[in-house]
Amino acid sequence: MNRKKSPGSGAGGRNVWTIMKKEFARFFGDKKLVFTTLLLPGLLIYAVYSFMGEGITRQFSPDEENPPVIYGENMPASVQTILDQTSLPWQETQDAEAVKEEIREKTADLLLVFPEDFDRQVEAYQTSEEPAPEIQIFFNSSQSSSQSAYTQIRELLDQYETGLANKFDVNRSQETGEPFDLATKEDTTAQVFSMLLPLLLMVFLFSGCMAVVPESIAGEKERGTIATLLVTPVRRWELAVGKILSLSIIALLSGISSFAGTILSLPKLMGAAADSMSASVYGISEYLLLLGLVLSTVLVLTALMAIISSFAKSVKEAGTAVTPLMIVVMFLAITSMMGGGPAQDVLLYMIPLYNTVQSMVSIFSLQYSMVCVGVAIVSNLICSVLLAYVVTRLFSSEKVMFTR
Amino acid sequence: MEEILRVENLRKTFQLSQKQQKLEHTREKKRVAVDGISFSAYRGEVFGLLGPNGAGKTTTLRILASLIRPDEGDAWVQGCSVCHEPGKVREKIGFLTSELKLEDFFTPNYLFDFFSQLHSVEPQVREQRKKELFHTFGIENFAEVKVANLSTGMKQKVSLVISIVHDPDFIIFDEPTNGLDVLTAKVVTDFLLDLKRRGKSILLSTHIFSLAESICDRVGIIINGKMILCDTLQQVTNGDTLENRFFQLYNAYAQETGGEQV
Ligand SMILES: Nc1ncnc2c1ncn2[C@@H]1O[C@H](COP(=O)(O)OP(=O)(O)OP(=O)(O)O)[C@@H](O)[C@H]1O
Ligand SMILES: [Mg+2]
Repeated sequence: MNRKKSPGSGAGGRNVWTIMKKEFARFFGDKKLVFTTLLLPGLLIYAVYSFMGEGITRQFSPDEENPPVIYGENMPASVQTILDQTSLPWQETQDAEAVKEEIREKTADLLLVFPEDFDRQVEAYQTSEEPAPEIQIFFNSSQSSSQSAYTQIRELLDQYETGLANKFDVNRSQETGEPFDLATKEDTTAQVFSMLLPLLLMVFLFSGCMAVVPESIAGEKERGTIATLLVTPVRRWELAVGKILSLSIIALLSGISSFAGTILSLPKLMGAAADSMSASVYGISEYLLLLGLVLSTVLVLTALMAIISSFAKSVKEAGTAVTPLMIVVMFLAITSMMGGGPAQDVLLYMIPLYNTVQSMVSIFSLQYSMVCVGVAIVSNLICSVLLAYVVTRLFSSEKVMFTR
Repeated sequence: MEEILRVENLRKTFQLSQKQQKLEHTREKKRVAVDGISFSAYRGEVFGLLGPNGAGKTTTLRILASLIRPDEGDAWVQGCSVCHEPGKVREKIGFLTSELKLEDFFTPNYLFDFFSQLHSVEPQVREQRKKELFHTFGIENFAEVKVANLSTGMKQKVSLVISIVHDPDFIIFDEPTNGLDVLTAKVVTDFLLDLKRRGKSILLSTHIFSLAESICDRVGIIINGKMILCDTLQQVTNGDTLENRFFQLYNAYAQETGGEQV
């Protein structure tokens, strides 16, 4: 900080930094505020996503400690051999009806009913004229252990059936480790990320702004502290720019916290697919572009919210008034989920906020054009300058600032 | 006598919101708050604007502080027009009203530095001034206490100190002793007299006649947005008390306009 008055400092602009320092002191001096806006979102998102991911993984993997209770009637030797190769235990039963009752009561999971001479019938079965022997599987879909046992047995039997015909094999050498899925790590990550992250990032940035802008503008108006600033020689544009810049930076930090939480928990959320997913597929240039893009976006969002908050008489009113903006932003954000890849027309990248979403899709899917992203950033910056001018006008308007 | 403030034919009309119409039981859409006010204040003097509630005192002072613009007329502070050079006017004046609040989160010390920076006060000068002012008002022990935790009187004193961080020549105070106990009020009035002794010019508004009598050199009496009388304190009182003179003037005005007498 240069404390000495530099020559020509009377020209203005110096107060922008003074205002910014005050906003930072206000925010970072309040430990509770820092915790709830900067740390908590990231931690919560990490915790929730990790928890969700673990839940999903558990649902699809067999429970080793509590094996399902499986009964078989007339279990043929061929199927016995198949079952013995798995970890699924089973017992023979003569009383199918009793077992069905147990399944209904959820004390048993599954009942397999075979015709008496199943193996012989299978062997004899040649043409499609006579009916094939039928296996009946009874289970209870409202019981997750029963449902998962059913899925597993069903799969085993399907495999066995396919094996019987054995006219040809598909991808048999997969078992010997030959890779058939030729998608690279980059492709998988890029596809998933470009679907999910633009939407999430927009939500995070918006809520970051929501956390600080109404409080700092409508709040200061409500408490009468902004009038105290307005009687000093500080210029209205210095006040507008100082506020927009500092609040944008805080909102950006909050957005980055949520983003980091997402990136770190994504492998867990994706469960099995996690091996082939990593945020490290993006290089430094992608991250820098993203940062530039996000910063320019936060400036637009902050300035828009500052305009809305200037009109509001209280923080509460500002919160309500911001809702339409939220709907617009969310609508723009879900255009990323509509598939078809990023917009191609450079002109579309001149539309503020929409250009952000499209640029993010293109960056995450690694199909970006420098020109388009560049146009997007510049267009957002120009837009925020215009909006800052509007905020300046509002700060100068006695109707807006001093109406009872 | 050097003219430090000249006010010419100020006029200000407010649009009344529906909420305000209900609140004040009126069907009027407009309220003329200031109705053609003219007067001058002189260097080294204390000028008191006197008038009942709703007379237009605060509105007049806000126009002079360039917070709001008059519909008609103009005013000059040390030659600078409030309509055309509001930035220069803000540099020259110190302005204090009860509606200007300090942020609860900060300490007097921080706020003093912050507002000094906005007024481009040199750091060495700032520290010196802070020491003196904090001493005068007994703020030293509260310098690091957040505004939220200060008493009403202490808040008011801090607000006063903050409004003059740049040592302005012309100071505008709206109801400087409103809401203060007699002890704190005395600290404030003594300080105003001290400022006057140091050659500063002061414009204040009040409806407390005794305050006006004890410190004003010149008074202007406003009723219904109009300046009824403006002269030196001696000329206005003319041997009587200010309060009696005010009732005489008020009744004469009411008779003229068909209003209610007291
Ligand atoms: N922003 C505003 N919008 C609408 N009406 C206003 C506004 N400000 C002031 N008024 C009205 O203008 C009139 C003059 O108000 P002003 O505050 O100037 O009076 P005052 O002399 O300061 O009174 P008091 O002694 O109560 O402070 C009042 O009737 C008030 O209701
Ligand atoms: Mg008033």
